[in-house]
Amino acid sequence: MLSLDKVGKTYPNGVHALESFNARIPQGEIVAIIGGSGCGKSTLLRAVAGLDRASTGTIRVDDIAITAPHEKIGIIFQEPRLLPWLNVADNIGFGLADLPAAARRDKVAQALARVGLSDKAKAWPRELSGGQAQRVAIARALVPQPEVLLLDEPFSALDAFTRRDLQDHLLDLWADTRPTLILVTHDVDEAVVLADRVLVMRPRPGRLFAEIDVGLARPRDRASSLFDAVKKRVLTALDRSLDRDLPDAAPAEAVGAWW
Amino acid sequence: MSIALDSPAATAEAPAQRYESGRWQRLARPALGIVVPVTLALAWELAVWAGWSNGRLVPPPSRVFATIVELARSGELTKHVTTTLFRVAAGFGFGVIAGTLLGAVSGYWGIARRLLDPTVQALRAIPSIAWVPLFILWLGIFETSKVALIAVGVFFPVYLGVMGAILSVDRKIVEVGRTFRLSGPAMIRRILLPAVLPAYVVALRVGLGLGWMFVVAAEFMGASEGLGYLLIDGQQLGKPAQILAAITIFALLGKTTDWLIERLTAPLLRWQDAFRPGGDS
Ligand SMILES: Nc1ncnc2c1ncn2[C@@H]1O[C@H](COP(=O)(O)OP(=O)(O)O)[C@@H](O)[C@H]1O
Ligand SMILES: [Mg+2]
Repeated sequence: MLSLDKVGKTYPNGVHALESFNARIPQGEIVAIIGGSGCGKSTLLRAVAGLDRASTGTIRVDDIAITAPHEKIGIIFQEPRLLPWLNVADNIGFGLADLPAAARRDKVAQALARVGLSDKAKAWPRELSGGQAQRVAIARALVPQPEVLLLDEPFSALDAFTRRDLQDHLLDLWADTRPTLILVTHDVDEAVVLADRVLVMRPRPGRLFAEIDVGLARPRDRASSLFDAVKKRVLTALDRSLDRDLPDAAPAEAVGAWW
Repeated sequence: MSIALDSPAATAEAPAQRYESGRWQRLARPALGIVVPVTLALAWELAVWAGWSNGRLVPPPSRVFATIVELARSGELTKHVTTTLFRVAAGFGFGVIAGTLLGAVSGYWGIARRLLDPTVQALRAIPSIAWVPLFILWLGIFETSKVALIAVGVFFPVYLGVMGAILSVDRKIVEVGRTFRLSGPAMIRRILLPAVLPAYVVALRVGLGLGWMFVVAAEFMGASEGLGYLLIDGQQLGKPAQILAAITIFALLGKTTDWLIERLTAPLLRWQDAFRPGGDS
């Protein structure tokens, strides 16, 4: 269980990026966070990752307060951030330095096979396509088996085909060990295809605006009318979140009002 | 190489052509660099041989070469070269150690940078040759002052290179290290060191170049051995061939040592995704 309790963040320059964010996310759930640019999504994710400290409130994973990076939490960024001086296999094994070499090799080989890049084990990061590099980043984050995996717009720099491919692939990988996924995205399709629950945020200061249960069985058909209906709900909530005149609604209400 | 291109093989079937062009790439392209100096040298040789010039002030290549051979045969050359090499090596060694340590400290700790860097920058503004009289007063006229001067010349580019490289390490890559909870030493070893390595190699090469420059200055200030002494000696005795011989050997040594650094570090930098002007050879 990941619980966020009144998490807020004010940057040293005075920007009030996040205000009193509450959420309880059971183990294994996939949550998408969506919202306009600058509404604090990355701020929130970085606080959960322990990269930046929240100014107020608490973040807990299984009752462990998170104030610094923790082994139960992994993160994937928009850029793959591979280490250019390590080949693909060593990049994937980067977080396994404590393991004996043989065990590390096994795990890396498995992960490489799992993301379909066994033939690239010895390649340098510069020799990979954007999609392949992001696969390596996913493998690197998943190999230490985190309980929570955070993804900050992980596919937004990729073309539409590669993006779809990786979305499906991510679900596949998730099914192996079922970590909690928290995925920041600006792509409504992506949110609805992946998530159990979509959280819509609104800016200035960043806060939770609406919460939408997707409630579709997997695998999901992007062309089905049910899929479209959920997408419409998310889009409407997103539109309303950008409307400055609208007062903050209690999250459940905001959705219920439309539905 | 033009012979190969004129030969029938080059105009024959495709595989042979590809083979020829591969060889062209490997051998001829580096060779392009020596076309201009060799042509100039041959032209001058010809001019003296034809009697258009007596070549007294600018001796032709053959006479310079003869001087080198003569120096080598008498054992003089080995003595001068080893002396100079020793001075450069010692000065380079001390300069690199000091530059690396202080550069790393200034790059890594903000407080150290605010404390040290202004002083270092102020010292850097002094033309290093200006230290010569002081070094001679302090350290005497023998090896110590020479090595110290060379070390000062090497120190600054290495210091600046190391500090700049550490300061420009990508925060995003450092965050990867933080995500995997690397300890301070592990962060240095697994992230910072490899990240600064390319810039460090450049700094070493710049430092070595300055080392060669400063060894001449050092040997001008009263030496009885060394290639710089050969220069001064040639000037005082009016032997231009000896001066050109020493200059040629300086060029060879400088180029060789630079090439050594490049070769020795190349395996560590194969990962680099850098712009390589003129193709990937
Ligand atoms: N390091 C920082 N220092 C100061 N302000 C920041 C910093 N990072 C983000 N902000 C500000 O905080 C707000 C939220 O940013 P961010 O979390 O990156 O938004 P999002 O990821 O939703 O686009 C923005 O107004 C942004 O300008
Ligand atoms: Mg962001």
